[in-house]
Amino acid sequence: MATTNLKKLSDMPELLSGGHAACPGCAGPVAIRQILLAAQQDDVYVVAGIATGCMEVSTTVYPNSAWRVPLVHNAFENVAATISGAEAAYRSLKKQGKYDKKVAFLAIGGDGGTYDIGLQSLSGALERGHDFTYICYDNEAYMNTGIQRSGATPKGAFTTTAPAGKVEPGKRQVKKDLTAIVAAHEVPYAAQASPHRPRDLMKKVQKAVGIQGPCFLNVLSPCPRGWRYPPDQSMQMCKLATDTCVWALYEIEDGKLTVNYKPKQKQPVRDWLKSQGRFRHLFAPQNEYLIEEIQQDVDRRWQRLLALEAMDKGQ
Amino acid sequence: MSERMALTGNDSAAYALKQINPDVVAAYPITPQTELMHKFAAYVADGDVKTEFVTVESEHSAMSAVVGASLAGARTCTATSANGLALMWEILYIAASCRCPIVMPVINRALSGPINIHCDHSDTMGARDAGWIQLYSENCQEAYDNTIQAVRIAEHPDVRLPVMVCLDGFILSHTLESLETSDDQTVQNFIGEFERPDNLLNVDHAETFGAFALQNYYFEFKKQQADAMVNAVAVVQGIGSEYGTLTGRPYDLLEPYRCDDADVVLVGLGSTMGTAKQAADDLREEEGLKCGVLKVRCFRPFPGEQLCQALKDVPMVGVMDRAISFGLGGPLFHEVRSARYDAAGPMMNFIYGLGGRDLSLDDAGEVFRTLARAGESGRAEPTVSYVGVRE
Ligand SMILES: Cc1ncc(C[n+]2csc(CCOP(=O)(O)OP(=O)(O)O)c2C)c(N)n1
Ligand code: SF4
Ligand SMILES: [Mg+2]
Repeated sequence: MATTNLKKLSDMPELLSGGHAACPGCAGPVAIRQILLAAQQDDVYVVAGIATGCMEVSTTVYPNSAWRVPLVHNAFENVAATISGAEAAYRSLKKQGKYDKKVAFLAIGGDGGTYDIGLQSLSGALERGHDFTYICYDNEAYMNTGIQRSGATPKGAFTTTAPAGKVEPGKRQVKKDLTAIVAAHEVPYAAQASPHRPRDLMKKVQKAVGIQGPCFLNVLSPCPRGWRYPPDQSMQMCKLATDTCVWALYEIEDGKLTVNYKPKQKQPVRDWLKSQGRFRHLFAPQNEYLIEEIQQDVDRRWQRLLALEAMDKGQ
Repeated sequence: MSERMALTGNDSAAYALKQINPDVVAAYPITPQTELMHKFAAYVADGDVKTEFVTVESEHSAMSAVVGASLAGARTCTATSANGLALMWEILYIAASCRCPIVMPVINRALSGPINIHCDHSDTMGARDAGWIQLYSENCQEAYDNTIQAVRIAEHPDVRLPVMVCLDGFILSHTLESLETSDDQTVQNFIGEFERPDNLLNVDHAETFGAFALQNYYFEFKKQQADAMVNAVAVVQGIGSEYGTLTGRPYDLLEPYRCDDADVVLVGLGSTMGTAKQAADDLREEEGLKCGVLKVRCFRPFPGEQLCQALKDVPMVGVMDRAISFGLGGPLFHEVRSARYDAAGPMMNFIYGLGGRDLSLDDAGEVFRTLARAGESGRAEPTVSYVGVRE
């Protein structure tokens, strides 16, 4: 049965093998390994789809594949639609008595493939109510094509299409709140998670897989190359993101929001910004006002989450 | 057992889809394809089919969903027109390279802009290099017959490629015709069961579909696709003749009409070939002009060899194109001419009917006369001309 016991899980065979071509220290494969281990159970088989992006390109270089579950890659913006079709095929074949296994469908996409170009395909699949779990691994830029800005890139970050220059301070716009957009589809389950808290992440995967209907998980996925920090620091980045409340761990189940992690002492966002090269320019005198703005943005979003949680609890 | 029914082109394709009874159909509305999917949705609503009907939010997702379904081992169909086909573009290529035997009626409509809802072939002609087999229909009977045969062609183990069944928007899609249909069981027996053992749901044998293939493998994928297209020539012929034995309506790659003794022959595709046949009859009778028509039913794979054979003794050949390859002329013309390169005789290209402009019997007659004059004078000029357009 489903377990999140780390000891037991560590004895189970990996479903994403080593030997793939992701950069050393990339958080993406760490998250995907946890997700696959959690989703595959004795009587439930995982069938996954993946959008074009770093995780696809680095794990499926023909004739090799790191995937030990069936995987389909179609294109960049359509993993939700592709999995819709596979799930419809599954329902059809089951109904006709031509297939008898139980399958959990996962659609996996990067932030570019989900927040931006794949948003329509995701929205359509959520609205139609397919029984699948969508997982966005959010590394906050188009990494595969060379660190371009996406709708998930946070304010102030340096990217190759919104670089910091003499007159521009990096990206000027705030990060899109995708999880809220997904929740607005009134799906049965939507959550944010992070691989530095595997129990929390895996529990969420198991919940999502167990729930009938479209579920969604937004998983923070630090990228040493694009964020510019040493490759052995990815899990520290995750921890810092949750301790500064830049990335909140929460879930919305049947419309009720619960915050899963509240730091005892909320760290200043400055600590987060200092840890990564992509924010270095913010500490130049002409840009420092942005640090204050970013802190205010983070505080506002965090307060809103807490308020929503309180409201849903009827407090 | 067969039955006569009065059906429009859309109805006839929908009826064929009902009898095919696919596992998954994805649909998104666009004129003039809409009625086809209305009909099919009604079959779903009445429980006449076992199909999972996926009402996607765009044609891009329609094509993406049928690729996912097909790779999961399902028999799948969708249908579209013009801008819808254009929105699918990226995934058309992927469907072919993943060797998904999807069957898709395309109700031919002019591509925007200007936006227009009527017939021409700019949509499917633009998709001619996407790796799909393309069958063109002259009338509603052929739309029905082609849709059923398309399943067999697409799923044939030597082929395994998607098929577009092209039928002219409004001219066929919205015109009632009396046609002969087979009963459901006959259709089912003809198409058989779909099996794709290597599929996504085969969880005991996990495979990766749509992998990243670089300089060392991509080319082999494409070569296999090209070989499958070559194989499709014989498969289209074989299935067309088998279908003929079953229904009394045999099909081939081409349909020559009064070509044997013809001095001038018009090559083309789609509903206009009906008009051309009538004009050929009239001109033979009234003006003693020996006209013939060569209908291209199968445009991809392109039946170059068969076409040369059919045209080998024809002194003057004209090609009718309902699409423009801008800066070149008509796409069909250029393919016919290049196929005939070694046996070259003079040829002329007539672009007609864009955006649904009618090609009258008189227009078709005038095209034949132009060819005859060119034949007599030995001057086939201009190579490309436009029929029925204001200068
Ligand atoms: C239609 C289309 N547009 C653009 C691309 C180029 N492209 C491939 S991957 C990618 C970036 C992916 O970014 P994201 O989804 O964030 O995943 P990451 O690489 O960051 O993991 C882009 C822009 C494409 N493959 N298809
Ligand atoms: S660029 Fe970033 S996201 Fe992509 S593989 Fe490297 S570390 Fe991972
Ligand atoms: Mg990204």
